[in-house]
Amino acid sequence: MAYIPHTPEDVAHMLQVIGVNSIEDLFDEIPAELRAGVLNVPPPLSEMEIGRLMTDRAALDGRPLNFIGAGAYEHHIPAPVWAIATRGEFYSAYTPYQAEASQGTLQLIYEYQSMMCALTGMEVSNASLYDGASALAEACLMAVRSNRHSSSRRILMPRTVNPTYAKVAQAIAGNQDISFVPVDFDRSAGRTLLETLQAFSGQDFTALVVQQPNFFGSLEEVDALNDWAHQNRIMLIAVVNPTSLAVLKPPSVWGLDGVPGADIVCGEGQALGVPLASGGPYFGFMATRMQYVRQMPGRIVGRTVDVEGRPGFSLTLQAREQHIRRSKATSNICTNQGLMVTAATIYMSLLGPQGLQAVAQASMQRTADLVAALSKVAGVKRAFTAPHFHEAVLLLDRPPAAVLAALSRRGILGGLDLSERYPELGHAMLVCATETKLAVDIESYTAALADVMSASRAAA
Amino acid sequence: MSDKVPGDLRYTKSHEWVRQVHGEAPNGAIEIGITDHAQSALGDLVFVEVPDVGRALSAGEACAVVESVKAASDVYSPLAGKVIANNPALASKPELLNEDPYGAGWLFRLETGASANVASLMSASAYEAFLAEESK
Amino acid sequence: MTELKLREPLIFELSKAGRGAVTQFPPRVAGSAQVPPHLRRSAPPGLPEVSELQAVRHYTRLSQMNFSIDTHFYPLGSCTMKYNPKACNTYAMLPEFLGRHPLGPEPQGFLACMHELQEMLQEITGMTAVSLTPMAGAQGEFAGVAMIRAYHRARNDLARTEIIVPQAAHGTNPATATMCGFIVKEIPCDANGDVDIEALQAAVSPATAGIMLTNPSTLGVFERKIVQIARIVHDAGGLLYYDGANLNAILGKVRPGDMGFDVIHMNLHKTFSTPHGGGGPGSGAVGVSARLKPFLPLPIVGKDGARYYWLAERDLPQSIGRLSGFMGNAGVNLRAYIYMRLLGREGMVRVAEFAALNANYLMKRLQGLGFEAAYPERRASHEFIITLKPENKAFHVSAMDVAKRLLDYGFHAPTTYFPLLVPECLLIEPTETEAKEDLDRFCDAMASIREEMRHDPEKLTSAPHTMPVRRLDDVRAAKQLDLIWKGTAA
Repeated sequence: MAYIPHTPEDVAHMLQVIGVNSIEDLFDEIPAELRAGVLNVPPPLSEMEIGRLMTDRAALDGRPLNFIGAGAYEHHIPAPVWAIATRGEFYSAYTPYQAEASQGTLQLIYEYQSMMCALTGMEVSNASLYDGASALAEACLMAVRSNRHSSSRRILMPRTVNPTYAKVAQAIAGNQDISFVPVDFDRSAGRTLLETLQAFSGQDFTALVVQQPNFFGSLEEVDALNDWAHQNRIMLIAVVNPTSLAVLKPPSVWGLDGVPGADIVCGEGQALGVPLASGGPYFGFMATRMQYVRQMPGRIVGRTVDVEGRPGFSLTLQAREQHIRRSKATSNICTNQGLMVTAATIYMSLLGPQGLQAVAQASMQRTADLVAALSKVAGVKRAFTAPHFHEAVLLLDRPPAAVLAALSRRGILGGLDLSERYPELGHAMLVCATETKLAVDIESYTAALADVMSASRAAA
Repeated sequence: MSDKVPGDLRYTKSHEWVRQVHGEAPNGAIEIGITDHAQSALGDLVFVEVPDVGRALSAGEACAVVESVKAASDVYSPLAGKVIANNPALASKPELLNEDPYGAGWLFRLETGASANVASLMSASAYEAFLAEESK
Repeated sequence: MTELKLREPLIFELSKAGRGAVTQFPPRVAGSAQVPPHLRRSAPPGLPEVSELQAVRHYTRLSQMNFSIDTHFYPLGSCTMKYNPKACNTYAMLPEFLGRHPLGPEPQGFLACMHELQEMLQEITGMTAVSLTPMAGAQGEFAGVAMIRAYHRARNDLARTEIIVPQAAHGTNPATATMCGFIVKEIPCDANGDVDIEALQAAVSPATAGIMLTNPSTLGVFERKIVQIARIVHDAGGLLYYDGANLNAILGKVRPGDMGFDVIHMNLHKTFSTPHGGGGPGSGAVGVSARLKPFLPLPIVGKDGARYYWLAERDLPQSIGRLSGFMGNAGVNLRAYIYMRLLGREGMVRVAEFAALNANYLMKRLQGLGFEAAYPERRASHEFIITLKPENKAFHVSAMDVAKRLLDYGFHAPTTYFPLLVPECLLIEPTETEAKEDLDRFCDAMASIREEMRHDPEKLTSAPHTMPVRRLDDVRAAKQLDLIWKGTAA
């Protein structure tokens, strides 16, 4: 019996101690009419058989060459990251409620919190949330709780913010009388203009969300947007990419000198040592100023001392979690993404500032090279003028869906079709190249795209 | 371990105490804190948030927060009025609430409005009876 | 006794300018792409600078300071700390699954596993449809209560503003209800640990949207009147929500759908043995009866002939929406799938049987040592509660003291102070993967601790003694907030 160690002698002895005749007697409190019949699930497999099944299925999915970003980024993950993260002591440990028996996990989380503050420039970070999308939802709830100058519960959500994030924020926060007001973007620049925001000046808004780089990969003019928000007593929620923070100025110093930067910073941490893995698990990060720490959801680890004065770590500010529930905007979050945080912390330690800068630089350059190469193919051009980080939007002379399907048949995942999310852009697709894409990969893609585009033109 | 319940104060069911500082309404002032029973239930206090001076409060409005390792609780204003002072010492020494809940651990002072009536609050003996009932 | 006396500096304290695991750096790519100067970072971020060996050694040593299922018996009640089979990790981490971007064309191998997982979960729980999207139990709860809300609104019944929750419920239950805009109405349980039926009858009304229940309850006992409870709530027009935290106790024995529940969440990281990972990631799949199917959170895996695909907004226009950036914790769900295939039909039924056997055996043995069970007349489900109120009175030791002393004996403590209803309680869940000898060793430790209570209580009140740290000052942790290493600058 899988993973059950009991011998018949064990069972007999235990039943005797309990004072029943059979294991079935232990279920005698359950009304007979509720008892389940035989479960209609497959019979057990040995490890060898499940290994074979999974290997066969994996072969169906294969390993195409990937040029999709859109919130999940393919980066090289150093070998030690998962070798250590899958150690049983990390993998099979629980939430560190018994602090003295969990100093490994707790110290690691403290180091993680410190690293996230180093990247974002903020004063305090939590121990992570589920993912970037839900982290933004939580940031919106937090802004409603924290912004004393606003009672409207309205949040400005630019359309350059990841549209799935906006959907998730609506699904999670929408039940509490919180509404989201869209802000349009400039079609030629591919970013949010200050002039567009100025139409809202003087009105009561609780927060403005700014994603940097934005969903299109474009760099927003964050200083102007940040300053407008603060002039209008609107809290600024920054949604950022952690790799980009190695080269971009952190949200804590967005804005002109003397104006405060972002109030809450959040985003998706997957790029830091977590594999794409067909969609998850990833992790969300959140950081803020000390003055808002009691409104920040999620677990937090603090350093303290034991009875002998020795430094140690424990979960702290836990009473806050219940209290947040009684406040103006409630959260029920209970867990964090411990294993992913473990991987990210090891990743950041291995790369350090120089390594992360190298990843950011290589990714930026590869994307620039990719865009340049693909734009030379007839029927393909860049969509936007704003500078970009490691993603960009291309416009095709025909619907991207068929092009992407043809590329996929050649083993290349060319990008994300934007037609449904942004129909006003026309035939647009979002492409990404990270440091994992070599020059030969860009050549392959370019050649394949040229082929596909000319083949279908010939057929038309 | 019986809770201290000073006889000269008034009390609420949510474990706040009230002390009259100056004369009666309409512009009387009262001092507010939490009782010995409350601080004992909370345990060692780690953080206290008091209402800003100048803020107008209605009776029963949540206006302060007391937080221990175990729990974080709202404090409710017993009467309507305007906050005229809050205790500056609590920011650095929240433990004052544990050590001296009726003295140095006071939370804030309120200038009570015309309709506020301190006598409508529970007397010390009524509060003691209330505590006895609650603990059953 | 275990000796875990390791001290490890912070990674920042090992850091030295100019160090880094250089083989991990990608080579510089020639070109002129750069960030415009006004958006550029002025100084590199304050991340640690260490060699690869330093990082490896540091995090390996940190891991050695943890208790884990792989190293210790971990009877945390309500957490189901059963063995996490290595095979689940090995096959979930096959490179094809690991390297797959979620927004590419639908991966048929991966989706076949997800679709079959949905079906198996439906079958086990007796529900009509399942969504794997919620990323944790709390998110699953949110989805469930949000679906109840959506259901009543779709029927134009806007008067249903209340959710009933038993007093013994886990704190996330009332929090979730409030988060969805409901008013929480608490009802007590009776002396035997069942929901108080009279209180329930008084609590239901046309304002009742639903009730949130766990069965077996958080008190570790089966809710015997569940059929009656379901009828009372359904007759009043409300729906029944099942908190699946304790599913391990009834797997294969009872199905929540058959008990009358309309919507359930499962904790795949409990019942289906995905790794706890030091605090996550979990997975809170939700299952529903037919009438709630239109409201399921997206995305869900569909099957059209032989082809698997993701259902989206156009397929489920009344969905409560998306809860994650992609499709939830895919890798966690994959591990749960592998686990369920390894167990199979026969293995799944054995889970509840041996979880109950271990729990009842442990309860009887501890009672034999003189400990008091909170519900001695009831069968233990997969867990049970010991109250240390008598010992607290006689020897002035608390449940916390016993928990800390158990660490010295090499056992992770059971859950303490939950449920809040039972004073000085230990909630103990051995799970089915523990051998009888390990349960006996735990009893030996408890017997020894009991002796210490009598003759040397200070050993308990000042425990633990053999961990890398002694008992930590939680008050100071909350008062003097030290949450990041201050050597880091923006």
